[in-house]
Amino acid sequence: MNNIVLLPVLIPFIMGVILILFRNSPSIQRFISAVTAFAMLAVSIYLTYIIYQNGITTVELGNWPAPFGIVLVGDLFAGLMLILASIVGVACLFFAFQTIHSEREKFYFYPFYFFLLTGVNGAFLTGDLFNLFVFFEVMLIASYVLIVIGGTKYQLRESFKYVVINIFASMFFIIGIAYLYSVTGTLNLAQLGERVGELEQTGVLNVVAILFLIVFGMKGALFPLYFWLPKSYYGPPAAIAALFGGLLTKVGIYAIIRSFTLIFTHNPDFTHNIILALAGFTMFFGVLGAVSQFDFKRILSYHIISQVGYMVMGLGLYTPLAIAGAIYYIAHHIIVKAALFLFAGATQKITGTTDLKKMSGLLKTHPALAWLFFIAAISLAGIPPLSGFFSKFALILSGIQEERYFIVFVSLLVGLLTLFSMMKIFVYVFWGKPSLSEEEVKKTKLAPLLWPVAPLVALSIIMGLAAEPIFSFSMEVAEQLLDPSLYINSVLKE
Amino acid sequence: MKTNFLMLHTITRIVAFIILSFSVFLFFAGHNNPGGGFIGGLMTASALLLLYVSFDLKTIKRVIPFNYSTMIAVGLLIAIATGLNSFLFGDPFLTQYFEYYDLPVLGETELTTALPFDLGIYLVVVGVALLTILTIAEDDA
Repeated sequence: MNNIVLLPVLIPFIMGVILILFRNSPSIQRFISAVTAFAMLAVSIYLTYIIYQNGITTVELGNWPAPFGIVLVGDLFAGLMLILASIVGVACLFFAFQTIHSEREKFYFYPFYFFLLTGVNGAFLTGDLFNLFVFFEVMLIASYVLIVIGGTKYQLRESFKYVVINIFASMFFIIGIAYLYSVTGTLNLAQLGERVGELEQTGVLNVVAILFLIVFGMKGALFPLYFWLPKSYYGPPAAIAALFGGLLTKVGIYAIIRSFTLIFTHNPDFTHNIILALAGFTMFFGVLGAVSQFDFKRILSYHIISQVGYMVMGLGLYTPLAIAGAIYYIAHHIIVKAALFLFAGATQKITGTTDLKKMSGLLKTHPALAWLFFIAAISLAGIPPLSGFFSKFALILSGIQEERYFIVFVSLLVGLLTLFSMMKIFVYVFWGKPSLSEEEVKKTKLAPLLWPVAPLVALSIIMGLAAEPIFSFSMEVAEQLLDPSLYINSVLKE
Repeated sequence: MKTNFLMLHTITRIVAFIILSFSVFLFFAGHNNPGGGFIGGLMTASALLLLYVSFDLKTIKRVIPFNYSTMIAVGLLIAIATGLNSFLFGDPFLTQYFEYYDLPVLGETELTTALPFDLGIYLVVVGVALLTILTIAEDDA
């Protein structure tokens, strides 16, 4: 019984509500949001520390015992995701201070920013399937607002598609929940894990498992349901795009990993092989999209898709090493991807465009930006000693151990193409003759734009250099995930 | 020529009061019987909406000078605060408490923490319903 598990959900929620009251005074809003973001970071680190010390921590809302009431469960995986979410939350918020138009600030940007984080954190912590749906909706509704706020024509068109596809996915989610409830008679994740193991009707459960895979795959941008992502992430300003690119799809991936390590573990030959195949397709087609584009933000959006493939590949291989690799990869990806989107925002602010062909020569005028971007870019492509290398290394190593050579081949090829498209950005944006006059260079101050991003790049370097402790932590997370009885026992207390 | 909806205005004045008092009844019926903050809030919103429809926006805005987005925020804060209340006693979030008291006029009454929670919901529902409808209504004005 520990209320601290709730704080990562409650803090952004309460502060978001308070921010509504201060909608007309941007400076107060900024101050409150900054404090809140740091408080969230502190609380999630502390919570993870407690989980690390005492094992899985739960809280039963309203004192109704599980499985009848709703539980929030903090395990190591959830704790790690909370920390990552709050790191990205802080970085994007400070970037937003520099770039968000004051009109957007008045129209509830900050409240919805924190409502989004409420939903994300809630989805990480909840131990109840229906509650997961609710937190997904909280997150999605906030994201609808953030994606459309500003109301340009492009945004309105693309966010309409985004809303439709997500409502569609939510409908499937409800249907899946209903199926699962009719088969097992419970929605508590721990009890589901227990009962699905006892039931032997694999046919129905396979259908339900695939239904959930479709739902979470739609939210997490898996093949062939990723088509909505690149266009809708292109519309909103960089701070929001970075938050979405870093976090939102990863909530879908989190849900996939959670449900396929806790509930649908009875028939891995069927489900996890499908996941592995999807992972291969997702990676490959995602990166092809990135290679074909000539727009900074669009390339990054397509890369989200291809990298989602790596995370799911870890789940598909379903060994401790592979899952640890996937977790490491999620951590690496969230941080680096958010950083890259923020770089896109910074270059957009400097040059006024995201079209690669219209920029050139920023290396001469903005060397700090160029080299920081370079580090993040090669980290994404997986060059040692940065974080991207070690996560891919673990995934590929376990792929070879499991003798899944084809997926290993695909992931190596995708790594190469990733490097190619990141270098394409670097060459077009930073090499060549400077396109900007000196006045234009002086017009935008670079330092305030780089401050929020630099810590993310530093984190990527640290995660690479300190790969040993971080990887052993990922191994612990993976072992906890692969032993569902730990989760089940700590929730049901048997 | 300004049309004068005499019938509508007269009936609205009476009916709005009936709806409002029934919504208060529903609100207090809350948590153990059918009723509660949500349905009470919706009914209040419908009464207010009737006023907006039969009179015009400007008149009613002068009579009811609430800012509905503030109302939503206040309602949410009340609801969360009720949940947080249980932190003081070391219980999990949203634990509810109730006790029977002898109150002067009402006799023996059950006082619960579910009531302020419902009040929060009530304010949120009224705020959301009216804010949505009025935003759309103001669109072409």
